[in-house]
Amino acid sequence: MAKQYETVIGLEVHVELATKTKIFCGCSTAFGGAPNTHTCPVCTGMPGTLPVLNKKVLEYAVAVGLATNCTVTRYGKFDRKNYFYPDNPQNYQISQLYLPICRDGSVEIETEAGKKQVGIHEIHMEEDAGKLIHDEWEDCSLVDYNRSGVPLIEIVSEPDMRNAEEVIAYLEKLRMLIQYLGASDCKLQEGSMRADVNLSVREAGAAEFGTRTEMKNLNSFRAIARAIEGERERQIELIESGQKVVQETRRWDDGKGESYAMRSKEDAQDYRYFPDPDLAPIVISDEWLAEIKAAQPEFRTEKMARYKKEYGIPDYDIEIITGSKHMADLFEETVRLCGEPKKVSNWLMVETLRLLKERGMDPEDICFSPENLAKLIRLVDGKSINGTVAKEVFEIMFEKDIDPEKYVEEKGLETVSDEGALRRAVEEVIAANPKSVEDYRNGKGKAIGFLVGQTMKAMKGKADPGMVNRLLKEML
Amino acid sequence: MANKISDETIEYVGILAKLELSGEEKEAAKADMGRMLDYIDKLGELDTDGVEPMSHVFAVQNVFREDVVTNGDMRADILKNAPGEKDGMFMAPRTFE
Amino acid sequence: MELWKMTALELSGRIRAKEVSVAEAAQAMLDRIEEKDGLYHCYVTVDKESVRKQAEEIQKRIDSGEFAGVLAGVPVAVKDNMCTEGVLTTCSSKILGNFVPVYSAEAVRNLERAGALVLGKTNMDEFAMGSTTETSAYGVTRNPWDTGRVPGGSSGGSAAAVAAGECFAALGSDTGGSIRQPAAFCGVVGMKPTYGTVSRYGLIAYGSSLDQIGPICKDVSDCAALLEAIASYDAKDSTSVRRQDTDFTSALKEDVRGMKIGVPRDYFGGGLDGEVKEAVQKAAGLLRERGAAVEEFDLSLVEYAIPAYYTIAAAEASSNLERFDGIKYGFRAENYTGLHDMYKKSRSEGFGAEVKRRIMLGSFVLSSGYYDAYYLKALKVKALIKKAFDEALSKYDIILGPVAPSTAPELGGSLADPIKMYLGDIYTVSVNLAGLPAISLPCGKDSGGMPIGLQLIGGCFKEKVLLQAAYTYEKARGEFGLPEGSGKDAGSIADREEAEEAGRYGEAI
Repeated sequence: MAKQYETVIGLEVHVELATKTKIFCGCSTAFGGAPNTHTCPVCTGMPGTLPVLNKKVLEYAVAVGLATNCTVTRYGKFDRKNYFYPDNPQNYQISQLYLPICRDGSVEIETEAGKKQVGIHEIHMEEDAGKLIHDEWEDCSLVDYNRSGVPLIEIVSEPDMRNAEEVIAYLEKLRMLIQYLGASDCKLQEGSMRADVNLSVREAGAAEFGTRTEMKNLNSFRAIARAIEGERERQIELIESGQKVVQETRRWDDGKGESYAMRSKEDAQDYRYFPDPDLAPIVISDEWLAEIKAAQPEFRTEKMARYKKEYGIPDYDIEIITGSKHMADLFEETVRLCGEPKKVSNWLMVETLRLLKERGMDPEDICFSPENLAKLIRLVDGKSINGTVAKEVFEIMFEKDIDPEKYVEEKGLETVSDEGALRRAVEEVIAANPKSVEDYRNGKGKAIGFLVGQTMKAMKGKADPGMVNRLLKEML
Repeated sequence: MANKISDETIEYVGILAKLELSGEEKEAAKADMGRMLDYIDKLGELDTDGVEPMSHVFAVQNVFREDVVTNGDMRADILKNAPGEKDGMFMAPRTFE
Repeated sequence: MELWKMTALELSGRIRAKEVSVAEAAQAMLDRIEEKDGLYHCYVTVDKESVRKQAEEIQKRIDSGEFAGVLAGVPVAVKDNMCTEGVLTTCSSKILGNFVPVYSAEAVRNLERAGALVLGKTNMDEFAMGSTTETSAYGVTRNPWDTGRVPGGSSGGSAAAVAAGECFAALGSDTGGSIRQPAAFCGVVGMKPTYGTVSRYGLIAYGSSLDQIGPICKDVSDCAALLEAIASYDAKDSTSVRRQDTDFTSALKEDVRGMKIGVPRDYFGGGLDGEVKEAVQKAAGLLRERGAAVEEFDLSLVEYAIPAYYTIAAAEASSNLERFDGIKYGFRAENYTGLHDMYKKSRSEGFGAEVKRRIMLGSFVLSSGYYDAYYLKALKVKALIKKAFDEALSKYDIILGPVAPSTAPELGGSLADPIKMYLGDIYTVSVNLAGLPAISLPCGKDSGGMPIGLQLIGGCFKEKVLLQAAYTYEKARGEFGLPEGSGKDAGSIADREEAEEAGRYGEAI
């Protein structure tokens, strides 16, 4: 019988924090600037420059630590991690090794196999590197330091996961917690959340862990799942053929569906960490910690319970809406404005989800404001527009966050409630469709639907369908 | 000399420090480093059990900046001293295989 | 009196009295530099045009009443490891041979805010690594007292420039004695303030936990005035200390009555030159005569300071100097194959031997398997040394001792044996490890006419006590004088030939 193997997985998750400025200087963290336009002497490693810590970075890191049940380090420091690479302007990265800001936490994940705790070994703060662009023409690399110094936290898990499903559940859990804290938008594709997978295999029942590898460049859940499967197989093959797994860093190529070692002679992997003398130690008092704790938001589990009690919307809706902090905020604020939880939920669950899916967007990308959604709901409630028009307006709103009241007015989309005009339209429809009229009069009730449709069409969709129905019945 | 520095060590430290030493320099470096380490070994005479390593000499702590953007576009200044520049970026030997 | 012989405060008095214009003072310095610097080589960079322009501008602002302080219009020099906007800043290294910063060090800006005129950048040991200014990539600096001798280092250019009258005062930096020792060798006054007193922003780091900028001047009063100008809390430097007591000139009082001065016996043992010992003990006697309570005591741990210091400084330096990689600024080798070869060639060609030696040592003591045994051990010893000083300074207001075991050595004699050279720092490095302030001032000459330095070490933030004691001593000692006109005329032709020969030897190392 073939041997049974167990996969052991630990994750190193880098999360880009949602601060306005970099971790050690006053440069903007905004995306999309022309190369090196968000840089200064500090984040480009000019001689004589010194780092000063962004307080918000520390607060976010502590908040994430509290949300993941960590012990917050009361006396912390930064360390320098020394290695040469052009994206790293000082040729050392300011990070934390000896006294990371948080330690010993855990989060609960849920998969089909049930609930499980995943341990958090530590969370530390560090700076991001710049970007390298390959220039084919000159056959060189070009360096853009706009991302250099963007604040990151690295969340290092214990090797507690056993398969891709658990890994993805863990990542989803972290993403949810961190999004709820507002500490990051955690987008895998855009790199604001990046996961490196440490993986080893061992014979089922073995007490010792096998030799692990670290897999980098995983940009989607799909890539993570595929890389885990690929690496598991690669390691098992090595073991079965009597070879050894080498402890190394590998890069996943999702296009080819395989990984390769990133080793080179010049990569000594000896980072010579030591406490950074340029940064003062961090001391977190009880009061400060209590303040950060008090400022923690309502997390998803609590929110779900409250929604059920307060709004009485279906569980499925709650699941979807609270699955995105942005959507939950949007929901709550819109309900506050218009007082119609079910209607707000309907707009989110039906039209919003449909459009997100069609356009391949995430709930975080929703751009319309709660004010405008509330206005739209009021327009429908007040019968100023009918459902069909409302959907059209919503689609525009989804795209450009227009003010629906103004839009309806400008485009003249208000429901025609002038009975005289409607009556004339109905008369014309009756005159033009003798066959349907005949059918209706002969007892085919359904025929009225066609006539309503024709009338709505004649009114360019702006009639109140209820009213059209009543008039038709009256006049037939 | 108690500390014998091998060729491998000098080679290794050269990789870490990104220094390429000539044959002569290597020999000198081996001798220098060995002598320095012998000298530093003197610290071993002191009992430092239970002594907290002192990385920072003063009790200055919690030095922060507020999260406010203070820097504008300084690209021209930043690139002024670059040995190689293209399209607003620093030119480096290629890093991609 | 000739302008160049004046102290900074004497000059600024004349400027305020409108007896001397800033332009005249600046021109006097440019003339001095023109005349003397070919021999002494105190400067790496002097931009005459900019000096004249600054002089005009500063004069206007003095006339308008904007610059009213005691440094207004005073021409000063800055060590070449402090960034100066628009002015070449080399650290006396080939690797920064073309580096023109786009910002100025905070200390330099403070001087400029006080109305001082920056003449140029002074020569130094490459990246401040050395005790002789011979490791400069741009040639040696000569001691104005004897051009066959070194000026000390690493702030040798600054100290020599002050002694030679090529500036009225200068900034130096002190990581292990680099202000105090050259000041002692050149017969001028140098002060290393408490760590955190002067911003390090814009100071190109050597050992970040040890580096501190300070003044080098003709006398104690100038030193107090300069320190008062450059000391500031700086939000750009996380190790900067917010101090209220930076009115250092208020401490210039002739009074040491009741002051407790401790003289460590362990500073006067073997290895200390007899003439130096005698001069320093005489200085202690003079202070006793003036009313100080002077007594000997055992400081302990003295012999561990140098190994601890070199471990820590080299470790920090190996990391601080990683940024010099040929990508963002500075020197890039011409011929290389690929990225790592570019790094290695640029750095190997760009750094000098002493810098490479310390980078190698620093990289090693931090490397996997050695960190605990060397680096961490040194940090623990540092804690012990600090404790020993704190204890001593709880008993004494001041610790008094020599600056260096000998007077300035001859050019070319030091670099061959690094450990011997490092041993010369025995009395200075502990002050940096413990973050303390210390002042070095001349207390006599040896039989060869070379100046001897007296070191006073104070408790943290006790610069005023040091200045008061130093000022009192200076008054009691009487005029010390400048090299030219007092004793050996270092500008003579015979000396120059001898010096040039020694210089060639120095450069050949």
